[in-house]
Amino acid sequence: MSIRSDFKSFLDVCGELFRFSLRFFRHGFQPPYEFSEFLKQCYVIGYKSLPLIGLTAFIMGIVLTMQLQPSMADYGVESQLPAIVAIAIVREVGPVITALIFAGKIGSSIGAELGSMKVTEQIDAMEVSGTNPFRYLVVTRVLACTFMLPVLVMLGDAISLYGAYLGVNIHTNTSFNLFWTQVFDNLVFGDVVPAFIKSFFFGFAVGIIGCYKGYNSSKGTEGVGRSANSAVVVSSVMIFIIDLLAVQVTNIFGY
Amino acid sequence: MTIKRKLNVVDDKVMIIKDLCKSFGSNHVLKDFDLELKRGESVVVLGKSGSGKSVLIKCIIGLLKPDKGSIQIFGKNIPDMGHDELDLIRAKVGFLFQSNALYDSMTVRENLEFPLRRHWIEVAQGEVDEMVMDALKDVGLAHTIDMMPVELSGGMRKRIALARTLILKPEIILYDEPTTGLDTITSKEIIELMIEIQQKYNTTSLIISHDMTCVKMASNRVVMLIDGKCYISGTYDELLKSEDPKVKLFFE
Repeated sequence: MSIRSDFKSFLDVCGELFRFSLRFFRHGFQPPYEFSEFLKQCYVIGYKSLPLIGLTAFIMGIVLTMQLQPSMADYGVESQLPAIVAIAIVREVGPVITALIFAGKIGSSIGAELGSMKVTEQIDAMEVSGTNPFRYLVVTRVLACTFMLPVLVMLGDAISLYGAYLGVNIHTNTSFNLFWTQVFDNLVFGDVVPAFIKSFFFGFAVGIIGCYKGYNSSKGTEGVGRSANSAVVVSSVMIFIIDLLAVQVTNIFGY
Repeated sequence: MTIKRKLNVVDDKVMIIKDLCKSFGSNHVLKDFDLELKRGESVVVLGKSGSGKSVLIKCIIGLLKPDKGSIQIFGKNIPDMGHDELDLIRAKVGFLFQSNALYDSMTVRENLEFPLRRHWIEVAQGEVDEMVMDALKDVGLAHTIDMMPVELSGGMRKRIALARTLILKPEIILYDEPTTGLDTITSKEIIELMIEIQQKYNTTSLIISHDMTCVKMASNRVVMLIDGKCYISGTYDELLKSEDPKVKLFFE
C-alpha cells in the first residue's frame, strides 16, 4: 500500500512538473519580456559560476589524464592520450560534470531563493505590484540556465583540456602545438555538436526543477531547505536520464 | 490611548463584499461573508488566529479566488477580472503584508521603485526619485534609501513596506496584521503612522488584526469575523459594551 501511494505521489509530482513546464512555454514566449531581469540572471547564473566550473574542470582535466596515462602506457598507446582525453571530455565528462556542479550551485540557490520568497510573501507582493511573478522569476531563471550552461560547458571543456595538457606533461614532454593538433585532429562533428545540444537540455532541467521546487515550497524554513535539497537531487538524476536518452538519440543518428 | 482622529467619511461605498465563500478542501473558511466599506473609513476585521482574516484580504486583492460571492471595488467585481484589469485595480489598492514582503535582493530605493516601474513604466527617473523620497519622508526613513532590508529593524521594515504601499498613492489600503511581531511601543508608532497617513491622503483602510490596541486606536468601525461570517459590526465602544459572550471574549 505504501509503495503504491509513493508511486502515486511520484506520478503526481511528475504531472505537476510537466504542467509547470507547459506554463513556462506559455509565459516564456508572450510579451512583455523581462529582458533586464534575464540579463541579470545570466550574469548571476553564468558569470558568477565560472570560477567554480573553471576550477573543477581544470582539476578534472589533470586527474583524468593522470588516471588514463598508466593504462595507456601499458597498452603502448600513450601517444593517443591527448585524443582520448579530448573525446572523453568533450563528449561526456565535460557536459555531465559541469551540469552536476551547476545543479549543485544554481539549482539549490534557485530553489532556496524562490522558496524563501514564497514563504515571506515576496511572490505575492510582486503580483500585487503589477508583475507576473512567474514571468519575472521563473521564465528569466530557466532561460538563463538554458543558455548559460552550454557556454559554461564550452569554457569548462577548454579549461579542462588545458588541464589535460599540463597532466600529459607531468610524465612526458609534449609540446603545446602537438597536444592541440592531436586534440583537434581527433575531434569530429559527432563529438562536439550532440554534447553541446544536450547541455541546453541539462540547463533547462536544472532551471525548471529549481524553480518548480522553490515556487511550490511549503511554508516555513524547513520547507525552504527541503526545496533547495530536492532541487539538487532531482535535477542531478534528471541530468543522468537526459544523458541516457541523448546517447540513444546520437546512436540512432550514427554519432 | 486613543488618538483624536478627523476622518472624512463619505457615504460612497468603495468596496462591497457579498456572500463571500472560500474553502480549502473540507475546511470552510469563509461562509457568506458580507462587508461594506465607505470612502475614508477605517474598518478593522477582528477575529482569532485561523479564522480566515488573511484569506479574506487575499481574496479582496485577487491573490485567492473565492468559491462564491462578489467583491466589488470601485464598482468592479474582482473575481471576474483578468490579470490586466486586476493590475489596474491593484494600483489603487495598496496591500501591507504581514511579513512586510520586502525584496531581500533589492535596496530600499529599488523596493520602492519596483511597483512604480511596474504600474507606470513611462515615469521619468527624476520623478521616480522624487516619489521615492516623498514616500520615505512620509514614514520618517529617508536616510535608509540605499540600505538593504536585512540592515533594518522590524519596525523600520514595516515602515518601508508601508512606504512601498504608499508610493502609488492608493485610495484603499489593506493592512494584514500590521502590528504582528512588533513590540508594544513600535506597534503604537506604526498604528499612529497608519492614522497619520490616512488623514493626510484621505485613504480608506481595511485592517486585519487581532491586536486590541490596534483595534482601539485605528478603527472607526470593527467587524468581527467568527465562524467564517460577519458576526457583528459596530464601533469599538459599542462592541466593548456588548453582552454577547463571543464578543466579550475579545474585549475582556
